[in-house]
Amino acid sequence: MNFAVLQFPASNCDQDAVHAVRLLGHSARFVWHKENSLGDTDAVLVPGGFSYGDYLRCGAIARFSPVMQAVKQFADNGGLVLGICNGFQVLCEAGLLPGALIRNRSLQFRCEQVFLKTTTTESPFTNQIPAGKLLRVPIAHGEGCYFADTDTISTLKSNNQILWQYVNAAGELTDIANPNGAVDNIAGICNKTRNVAGLMPHPERACEALLGSTDGRLIFESLFHALKNRPTSKAA
Amino acid sequence: MIGANHRPEMKAKIIITPKKAVLDPQGKTVQDALQHMGYQGVGAVHVGKYLEVELTGSDKESARKQIDEACHKFLSNPVIEDYKLEIAD
Repeated sequence: MNFAVLQFPASNCDQDAVHAVRLLGHSARFVWHKENSLGDTDAVLVPGGFSYGDYLRCGAIARFSPVMQAVKQFADNGGLVLGICNGFQVLCEAGLLPGALIRNRSLQFRCEQVFLKTTTTESPFTNQIPAGKLLRVPIAHGEGCYFADTDTISTLKSNNQILWQYVNAAGELTDIANPNGAVDNIAGICNKTRNVAGLMPHPERACEALLGSTDGRLIFESLFHALKNRPTSKAA
Repeated sequence: MIGANHRPEMKAKIIITPKKAVLDPQGKTVQDALQHMGYQGVGAVHVGKYLEVELTGSDKESARKQIDEACHKFLSNPVIEDYKLEIAD
């Protein structure tokens, strides 16, 4: 599989994302923000970082970059897109995912390991995650508090669009386990058509035992599985 | 790069504030600090942003229309923020 990893000025998890995909036996390459096309691509990763310095709002400027117009088209044609951390913020700003990410409730930049509960395995991003398995993955963000109005949250729930939630080591949805104040402990969601997803935690930093966890692999393996089993040849 | 012939003739003044329903930890922290410092009668604080955009031309209405669109599309995020726009001379 060919993964396109976007690069904006001040992306800083792009190398990690490419490394993770290659480590797991697939190919990945960088696509610069000024590109108008994604080329031969099976899936897009929008990596973490501080695109365009996070000026104005996180992701606000990145969404208008030429490459994001190509990503929009790719997503509209059913292509798989995963945004990690700043990538999640970019996808929300772009309107590819509902809601927004605001300043952490604590006002602190939180850099730590968290536990995630996978709320549904029915998505291209979660299909290989064993039911009930908690994922131990790191977070590193100052603006990761997921917010959407109550109507949007109930739509997310009724469509089964919440993919991951912050939980404690026992798998319970508690306030203390919520590192940023996100509504309903939401760590990641997908769109209604389930081909675009975003999450604040970093699965690409949890793919090697040396880094303390390999749970992030399950998210990438879900993507590989979905791509391998997709009904048509290529999205766009 | 603003030359003499690009001298601003109008200014868009934009105030962006978090929506009431959105958590505003900055506002809360500033409020707590003000109260801690002993200021009396201090209620909720909302921390937002202020932008000034210099504009050429003199057609206020068309400037307002244009900047209003930019506020909606780019300068603010309607999911979490409200804005007030004023076009001043």
